[in-house]
Amino acid sequence: MITPASAVVSAEQKLASTKEDDSGRDPNAPSWRTLLLVTPLTLVFLAFFVVPILLVIAVSFFNYESYQILIPAFTLQNYIDVFTESTTWDTYLATFQFCLIVWVITFVLGFALAYFMAFYIRSVTWQMVMFLICTIPFWTSNVIRMISWIPLLGRNGIVNSLLLNLGVVRQPQEWLLYSSFSVILGFIHLYTMFMIVPIFNSMVRIDKALIEAATDAGASQWQTIRHVILPLCKPGIAIGSIFVITIVMGDFVTVTVLGGGQVASVGKSIWTDLSYLQFPPAAANAMVLLAIVILMIVGLTRIIDIRKEL
Amino acid sequence: MARVELVGLTKRYGQTTAVDTVSLAIPDGTYCCLLGPSGCGKTSTLRMIAGHERISAGDIFIGDTVVNDMTPVQRGTAMMFQSYALFPHLSVTDNVAFSLHMKGVDKSTRRRRAAEMLERVHMERYAERLPGQLSGGQQQRVALARALITNPKVLLLDEPLSALDPFLRIKVREEMKRLQMELGIVFIHVTHSQDEALALADLAVVMNDGVVAQSGSVRQIFNEPTNAFVASFIGGHNVIPGDLIGRGRVDVAIRADHIDIGQAAPGETSLQGTVRMVEYQGTNVHLRVRGPAATDILVIKSEDAFDRDPVNVGQAVTLRWVATAARELH
Repeated sequence: MITPASAVVSAEQKLASTKEDDSGRDPNAPSWRTLLLVTPLTLVFLAFFVVPILLVIAVSFFNYESYQILIPAFTLQNYIDVFTESTTWDTYLATFQFCLIVWVITFVLGFALAYFMAFYIRSVTWQMVMFLICTIPFWTSNVIRMISWIPLLGRNGIVNSLLLNLGVVRQPQEWLLYSSFSVILGFIHLYTMFMIVPIFNSMVRIDKALIEAATDAGASQWQTIRHVILPLCKPGIAIGSIFVITIVMGDFVTVTVLGGGQVASVGKSIWTDLSYLQFPPAAANAMVLLAIVILMIVGLTRIIDIRKEL
Repeated sequence: MARVELVGLTKRYGQTTAVDTVSLAIPDGTYCCLLGPSGCGKTSTLRMIAGHERISAGDIFIGDTVVNDMTPVQRGTAMMFQSYALFPHLSVTDNVAFSLHMKGVDKSTRRRRAAEMLERVHMERYAERLPGQLSGGQQQRVALARALITNPKVLLLDEPLSALDPFLRIKVREEMKRLQMELGIVFIHVTHSQDEALALADLAVVMNDGVVAQSGSVRQIFNEPTNAFVASFIGGHNVIPGDLIGRGRVDVAIRADHIDIGQAAPGETSLQGTVRMVEYQGTNVHLRVRGPAATDILVIKSEDAFDRDPVNVGQAVTLRWVATAARELH
């Protein structure tokens, strides 16, 4: 018997009670200073987030005609159209597919790269160098990065001529560009970094003694990853997943540039509506998409407690 | 059959040598304490025995086997980490059952064995808690249960009591000693606390600058320190320069409680000094006396002995001790 557990508990309670604030004021009551501190953020949030969203919601109930873009009204027709058009379901399905494939691949890549940097690179300097290397693609704009795939993957591009010259294929491969493949490739290229950073951040916080304790208990490297590192990285994985899911669900640029009109996504269809100046149906579709993305994120945070990371 | 033997064990980090050709034999069933100030190489030594640090040179034997390149499980060692290193995402039961889980033991068996182990350390009530919901002392017991569930031949403890408050430390240390006697396996316990080592160790190994300064039973180390480092580190000793007491260049160590105040009888050595401090400590009174050549000398007297012949700060006194109480240092 080391010590009666109850004695330990009561000792802790005593400690806790001596810590209590005896000034008589509720320490959680916001003071004017606190309010002043949050004012700028609140204003920015209202002006650039709440107001635009409210406008979009309002527009989504408006009417429209070919000669008048916005007719103030309250109609559910736009929403009814969104749910009854068969193309809506197909585009959502295609978008979910992209999202799932891109999520799986960026997660595996991001986890592996973060693991390498966190546990194999011992010096902080080299970790920083590695990070800078990872950010090189971000030194130029998104669109330029996407366009740079075109000469590589095109019909007469570098990859095709290489494959032809090596005799791997007889015909130039059409599926390399303006296909789901190129869109997914673009997404992975653009967004793996968003997985690496939060997962790496989780990993470097793991006490190295825990890894040793796992080794001491006879865990192999895979078992250590599976039973110790992976569960402790959950918050980082969740944050990275939120980035990737929200970006991919709403994307229309990558799909346009690398899909070349052959590939559909929800973002693209909203953009098409907008290009025909059909604002109300675009707004309704955007609201539906927003609701779905919010549901996905709520679901994710139900599974994983992100606050542990913050 | 699990004696531990270190032969010329060395650990170098780049240019610095943390552990310098340490050789040590720890018989089976021994409670061994590696004692020393921080940076003396005791933790590196422990981590090499545990298999968490590569050996630069030398060999480690456990039983008759050289275990240099073996994993901790193959060695039959288990380590209890300084911060306990409990898995924060696993319940107490799952923490204790972790090694069985890794071995592929089925769920009901490993939960049963974990429950038995938790009972042994009196933590069965907390089986489903997370480590973050436990106090330091409770975490310590869970860590102990987790280490012992593998039935190790050698248990390695890295400053296991340093995170506990003083009262708990003494209770837990009693429990550890009892556990070690029950199990009859080798415990190797790293500490910088002399009290802890004196209370626990069958074999105490005092380390300094990567080498063993002295090893032996705690009584040997306390009563017969062979060098000035051990005498001053183990505490309760005075190291007095030899030329002050007519011994030339040979310094001596004298236990603080073997020094008395008053005129020297024949066969006794004496030294003049002034009382600088009188500190009441309950059972004992500690006196600090400034001797010649600015040597501070600690004298420990029992309360009763002090009361029979009290002294005050600033008073000139004569310190005396029987010549045999002085141990020559090398």
